[in-house]
Amino acid sequence: MNFSRRDLLNTIGYGVGGMALEHLLHGAVVNPLAPKKPHFAPKAKSVIFMFMEGGPSQMDLFDPKPALMKHNGKPLPTEFTKDLKLAFTKPNAAALASPRTFKKCGQSGLEISDYLPGLREVADELCVVRSMHTDAVNHHPGQLMLFTGSIQFGRPTAGAWVTYGLGSESQNLPGFVALSSGAGTSGGASNFMSGFMPSTYQGTIFRNSGDPILYLSNPDGISKATQRTSLDAIKELNEERLRVNGDPEIASRIASYELAYRMQMSAPELLDFSNESQETLEMYGIGKEPTNQFGTNALLARRLVERGVRFVLMMDASWDTHTNLNKKLKEKCDATDKGSSALIKDLKRRGLLDETLVVWGGEFGRTPICEIRNTSDPDNAGRDHHPTGYSMWLAGGGIKGGQTIGETDELGFTITRDKVHVHDLQATMLHCLGMDHLKLTYRHMGRDYRLTDLGGNVVQAMLR
Amino acid sequence: MQTNGLRVDDGAALVAGGYSGAAVVAGKPAESKLLARLRSSEKGHMMPPAGPRLTAAEIATVEKWIAGGAKVPTSTAKGPARRESSHWSFQPVKKPAVPAGANAIDYFVGERLKKEGLAPSAEADRRTLARRVKLDLVGLAPTPEEVEAFVNDKRPDAYERMVDGYLVSPHYGERWARPWLDLARYADSDGYEKDNVRPHAWRYRQWVIDALNNDMGFDRFTIAQIAGDLLPGATMEDRVATGFHRNVLTNREAGVDRAEARYEQLINRTQTLGTTWLGLTVGCAQCHDHKYDPFSQREFYQLYAFFNEADDVDIDAPMAGERGPYLKALPGYRRERAKLLAEYKIPEYQARWEEKMRAAYANPGKDAEFDFWITSMSAMVDHAMRMLHKKPAERTEREADILADYFMGNPGPEFGRDKELTAKLKDLRGKMAELKKTMPFLTQAYAMGVNPDHPKTHITIRGDYKALGIEVQPGTPAVLPPMETKAGEPSRLAFAKWLASRENPLTPRVTVNRAWQEFFGRGIVRTSEDFGATGEKPTHPELLDYLTAEFMDNGWSFKKLHKSIVMSATYRQSSKYRPDAAEKDADNTLLSRQSRLRLPAELIRDTALQVAGILNMEVGGKSVMPFLPKGVGELAYGGSKWKETFGKEAYRRGLYIHYQRTTPYPLLVNFDAPDSNMACSRRRPSNGPLQALNLLNDPVFIEASQAFALRAMETKAATGERIESMFTLALGRAPSETERQTLARYVDKQTDVLRTEGKQGELLTQAAWSGVARVLFNLDEFINRE
Repeated sequence: MNFSRRDLLNTIGYGVGGMALEHLLHGAVVNPLAPKKPHFAPKAKSVIFMFMEGGPSQMDLFDPKPALMKHNGKPLPTEFTKDLKLAFTKPNAAALASPRTFKKCGQSGLEISDYLPGLREVADELCVVRSMHTDAVNHHPGQLMLFTGSIQFGRPTAGAWVTYGLGSESQNLPGFVALSSGAGTSGGASNFMSGFMPSTYQGTIFRNSGDPILYLSNPDGISKATQRTSLDAIKELNEERLRVNGDPEIASRIASYELAYRMQMSAPELLDFSNESQETLEMYGIGKEPTNQFGTNALLARRLVERGVRFVLMMDASWDTHTNLNKKLKEKCDATDKGSSALIKDLKRRGLLDETLVVWGGEFGRTPICEIRNTSDPDNAGRDHHPTGYSMWLAGGGIKGGQTIGETDELGFTITRDKVHVHDLQATMLHCLGMDHLKLTYRHMGRDYRLTDLGGNVVQAMLR
Repeated sequence: MQTNGLRVDDGAALVAGGYSGAAVVAGKPAESKLLARLRSSEKGHMMPPAGPRLTAAEIATVEKWIAGGAKVPTSTAKGPARRESSHWSFQPVKKPAVPAGANAIDYFVGERLKKEGLAPSAEADRRTLARRVKLDLVGLAPTPEEVEAFVNDKRPDAYERMVDGYLVSPHYGERWARPWLDLARYADSDGYEKDNVRPHAWRYRQWVIDALNNDMGFDRFTIAQIAGDLLPGATMEDRVATGFHRNVLTNREAGVDRAEARYEQLINRTQTLGTTWLGLTVGCAQCHDHKYDPFSQREFYQLYAFFNEADDVDIDAPMAGERGPYLKALPGYRRERAKLLAEYKIPEYQARWEEKMRAAYANPGKDAEFDFWITSMSAMVDHAMRMLHKKPAERTEREADILADYFMGNPGPEFGRDKELTAKLKDLRGKMAELKKTMPFLTQAYAMGVNPDHPKTHITIRGDYKALGIEVQPGTPAVLPPMETKAGEPSRLAFAKWLASRENPLTPRVTVNRAWQEFFGRGIVRTSEDFGATGEKPTHPELLDYLTAEFMDNGWSFKKLHKSIVMSATYRQSSKYRPDAAEKDADNTLLSRQSRLRLPAELIRDTALQVAGILNMEVGGKSVMPFLPKGVGELAYGGSKWKETFGKEAYRRGLYIHYQRTTPYPLLVNFDAPDSNMACSRRRPSNGPLQALNLLNDPVFIEASQAFALRAMETKAATGERIESMFTLALGRAPSETERQTLARYVDKQTDVLRTEGKQGELLTQAAWSGVARVLFNLDEFINRE
């Protein structure tokens, strides 16, 4: 599946001359992001990954641990803590029970925290995985693991893999779009890069202010009309050069300029929410604080997949609650719960949920034990990073909602049933998209790489 | 079959065990891993891993044998000192014969073309050649005067004279530093979450530019970067060269385990070495014996051991003119600093604080607050614990300053809650900052030294830094000629010399191939990062060996190598696409023509600024941060670290643009510059809409078009003449009639549109000609060298 434009043109035998030129300029072959067939019939066509950067606290949101109450404030028996891998806290730190209340929601009785009233309403759509585990205990390595399948640098991210494997349905938008809310993320751009794959597959960041895509708007003083006249001249001169020199890369350059122009033309329509109903805007919490930013991104995500974008990464920072857990977690939930639940409802009523895989979660979870950086302030209590048993949820395309997968021990330290490694999650995501994670490979430095590195099993229980 | 270093077909080897240690403990069946494995039924643990299990009786026999002392007959399998391999790249370099008077490059390329029934292309026209050779040698566009001078130079050696001129240009070092910096994964920040700025990283880049401009032999160039600090009588520049290894990422995320972070850095250094000098994907052997190349996991850690024995050291590395004023001001500064510290009783406070820190370090889990402070300081300050545990009298001045500065800025728990102290420290920090301002600047460099802890190297099992296997000593792969060691010579220095010796066939071949790649768009070995079994074979093996031998004979001189390549007729061919040749040789691997090459990201900006007349041509120095649109830097953790550079400095060459690893300058990303995390042996030019948007709308190109228009309007000229002169400035050739007409129509149309938009007079003219400049910068030809 690895091909360069030049290779492709050569293999299909385009020489130079008028006829070939016509094909080069108008045929679908000039688009390296043209849709490609999956390995088998897919359930989902696109992915919206809500990345809750920093590590949301699972026992305060999806995995209640009432047994922590009886240990609250005291160190835990060593049998629970002996294998702990922690960033800051020492294993003898005191247990920290959650003050949250949980309710069995919907038909399925899925347990969701009082901090997430919106998600409680869509409980029957969610498949909560309580048995996630990962190899990294720090943010940046954890994010590399989640998105590239390896803590080493330089690999392509999940969005790049999916775009490489399936191309894009959109003729005038990038195949892989990244959106951000909250603060900057630890991984920065490495969460949506294409690594050793061509940059064609990297995520295009849609910005929160100014141009949605960097350099999308014409600069000051350049109108639509002057832009078009200039683009026409560029095209004519490039075509002339192609005629004289014959390098097929020139044809590809001409096509890139046309796509760029179409992006310029279609982006305003994409961003224009005026045809969305008031009810929809309210449902996403758009125009109100603290929900506006995340809600806007969530609605944008829906509009992007509607227009054929393959992979939307919504990054929301930061859920890294080392201190002031109750306050900070509430702030994050208040800002995002409305948007994430509205997205599920909205996709569903438009019949898009079945073909859109929605994933929610962070690079790891948080410890059942207390991290305290200021002993004189009891509200300062927080939780450390916890890679060996945390929760994420999936919904939509190919996923069986209203169920929990896996189980952690009564205090939430380790997984006691149905472990799901990050590689398993990745394999399952690809499976929903109709791809076999063992077959989706890319050759680099003499080796066939996979998103799932050397691991990964499709978690059948998640699937419909 | 042998994995993880364990042999079971030889008694002595079996008893000795594999990478995880002994498999058999004589007399103690219960402690023998072999037995546990034979009895196991757990997948991934049991032995044999597949096929029929041993019977209970067979296992009992093994148990009896171990209990009885595990006696084996004398070993028959002695590991050969030199492993044999028939793989082409491991064979010695042999200089093939070339007919007298023939140009070797043209001879070998020509012979191969003849075999395929292909004729080479004609020489490119002089204007194309002038642009090609200048872009390739110095990374700049030729001025119309340079082009015309060459076109009109009728002397037979006109071309050679032009080439020689560029080879001595100070911009040669800038052009050739870039591919080397790609390998060195050069950046101006730490990477990872914190991604702190490295204000002195550029000092290493400076060394590279200077070395290339001085045509330092590649053997010397190698030795300096691997072990410059260990050279007898090492100079400051030799030490600066070792900054190569300091370009590795540093994870300063507060919760990071320092041992793990260092392990990751050493792995990266070993992989970088493999890619850069050996052209081998040694990284595969981090976790297991290499699947395809004769390269074991043990050998990976033997290479790793060279770096494990080294340590990060920051040094003073003043540029010319800095040291004098600095030394003059130093005594006064030290006096003032000591006075301030004493006045605020810092030594007393700090001593108590250090006590607390050391106590927390010794008793983890006792004091959660100080535990956190230990973790945090260890992440932020290199060698923090080592310094903290030195007696104050034994600390160097640099170490003492670092500790005192850290305490003043980060007093941490308990001390941080002391309101009086907090106020005093705030006051003191202000005064210290003022005092530092009076000190003349002294450039620093990130270098390497000897690790005072002399850590031992162990193989790590499956790449888990905590799972230590057997200990290994520094050493080179057995498939390559052995390393000579002189008594008393540090092993890293011996290794550096071995790496760049005539006997090692990989280093010079890999290096010559990479130079070739820069001139033709692909190496003689296309996979320039992989000369192993999974890499591609050379298209012209004899040519590669000929050039490699010549390279070494010529004192490993890059300039001589580059000259020999650009002087060849093969290089000088037209790059015009040939359908006839494409049928037989789609990728032009046989070189029946030159290739059109997309300019690297940096050169696209450089040439636009140059043509516009606003490029700052100053060579060397610090990195700059040209205008960055809002929202780019902000994507990083902790907000933007970009402090915009204004004025002339903002128009320096792309090589000098600050590289912030988590949020790189967009032009670099869009035009395929590497991410600076791993050694990059070749860039992969892509072609997409974001490149179009970047060239069309990035303010730097808008500024350049405006400047270019103003430059063109300085002289009065008719429309046609002005089009001709701008076109020639941008592309090094005059427009064809069709091109001239297209642009003339464009000027008319654009003027009409602009007029309807209300522009008039001088502004209208400027806008129209800026439009022409913008069109020219966006042409495929402008961002390619033909």
